[in-house]
Amino acid sequence: MIPAYNTLVVLAGCGLLGLAAGTVGCFALLRGRALVADAIGHAALPGVALGALAAAALGIEARSLPPLLIGAAATGVLGVLAMQALGRTGRIREDAAIAVVLSAFYAAGVAMLSVLQAVPEVAQAGLSHFILGQAAALRAADAWGAGAIAAGCVAACLVLFRPLAAACFDAEFARVQGLRVGAVDLALLGLLVLVCVAGLQAVGLVLVVALIVLPPAAARLWAGRLPGMLALSGGFGAACGLAGAAASAHWPDLPTGAGVVLAGAVLLGVSMLVGPESPRALRRVAAEPR
Amino acid sequence: MRASVPPIETTGLTVAYGPNPAVEDVTWTAAPGLTAIVGPNGAGKSTLLRAILGLIPVRGGSVRILGEAPAAMRGRVGWLPQRAAVDWDFPASALDVVAMAGTRRARWFGPLPRAEREAARAALAEVGMADYADRQIGRLSGGQQQRVFLARALAQDAQLVLMDEPFAAVDAATESAIVAILRRLGAEGRSVVAVHHDLATVRDYFDQVLLLNRRVVAAGPMDTAFTAETVAAAYGGKLLRFGAGETAVLAEAG
Repeated sequence: MIPAYNTLVVLAGCGLLGLAAGTVGCFALLRGRALVADAIGHAALPGVALGALAAAALGIEARSLPPLLIGAAATGVLGVLAMQALGRTGRIREDAAIAVVLSAFYAAGVAMLSVLQAVPEVAQAGLSHFILGQAAALRAADAWGAGAIAAGCVAACLVLFRPLAAACFDAEFARVQGLRVGAVDLALLGLLVLVCVAGLQAVGLVLVVALIVLPPAAARLWAGRLPGMLALSGGFGAACGLAGAAASAHWPDLPTGAGVVLAGAVLLGVSMLVGPESPRALRRVAAEPR
Repeated sequence: MRASVPPIETTGLTVAYGPNPAVEDVTWTAAPGLTAIVGPNGAGKSTLLRAILGLIPVRGGSVRILGEAPAAMRGRVGWLPQRAAVDWDFPASALDVVAMAGTRRARWFGPLPRAEREAARAALAEVGMADYADRQIGRLSGGQQQRVFLARALAQDAQLVLMDEPFAAVDAATESAIVAILRRLGAEGRSVVAVHHDLATVRDYFDQVLLLNRRVVAAGPMDTAFTAETVAAAYGGKLLRFGAGETAVLAEAG
């Protein structure tokens, strides 16, 4: 059976998304921003609801993607700002601030969605797909859009490779050298928001963090230097995205997010066992005489 | 030659993390050459260096570096942080780390310029780490990691290098490598300001000293500033054996 055009486009879109998530995720992981991605994903839900409401009010089709994604990006960024504001008070530690923001924004989103089910245009928009992801529900135009955003994120990571690497390894040394680490961090945050938002519909906002964290975590177990880790992380992300989308196309009841994350988890497990930079391999190296 | 310009001048510098200042009203002029910052734990030595570099906000006072405002000197001051400051599991080889000294001069993407790569290799060779250039940094010993950091500071090719406890927990080979480099930098007319813990070696390794205990206790050439009296004053009179190293001087004033 030859897959339909739509299926192929969705596969390509999910593969590109995975590539972008793995590439941006590589730097996010090294900069200690993995949980920030989780917070962005969850904080996007009220934005999705607001976007649908705005679209309905403006007479646009409620399931058309741009208003939903703009809303998602807006509240995602708001969530990050709230997190930083809480952290700056000095009374709530950063990990607690992430937990507070993540759950509070998500709860607000769930509450809004339940209310919005009463609005007929919104009720039909299938917003619940944004929670766990349903690549099969993607239309070709949506997949193209997500793929384009993803390609842009990968390009940005490559262009910013050296500043990002310097900020990730030793931010203070980078500052002493005159690198504007604040601007680099902001760029990384922007890329994270873009990847999270682009991946919402396909992977779902609950699990998008896994697509950002699992590929680089697995890649690190194979590569001892950043260029190799980055390339592998992007490749692993693409593979996870493709596997998840293919599984979801084959078993329509399986949310794509679950398929993507399970693929990533298997990859990480295998890497832990056989990767040349895995803990086992390193113990073996340490045992050899130098 | 700018050897007559003081590498560091601070005026009334005060830094506080909470209500209590960690560094208070430090007015100090470092002379060119090799300077040790010495004082008990919690005296604010690292804080002072980090404030001079602009890495932490100051509550009051001002800093001049080589006669200029710190912002103008960004990228022209060498920096050797404490080894614990970074994640040594980071996917980088020793050469990758040293090459980060050229981040500002290199393009953002693409291979490192040949000159930068050569400079990084030369710096690694100078600290005796040429054979370890391609090894992942997590697989180096603590002393080797410190020498990689030292090579990175050298590769910055700066007129002034600040070092935060370069001799902390290093092996003999690393200690002698650091001393050789201090002497080379001094002979070239460059300045080094280093936090130093071992009272026994201060005189051998450095030209001047700043004795610090939140405030300036004494500063200047060894003969006048580094005496039994000034050291005892810096360590709150609790100094048990002068010249015996850190273990004897953990007690603090107040």
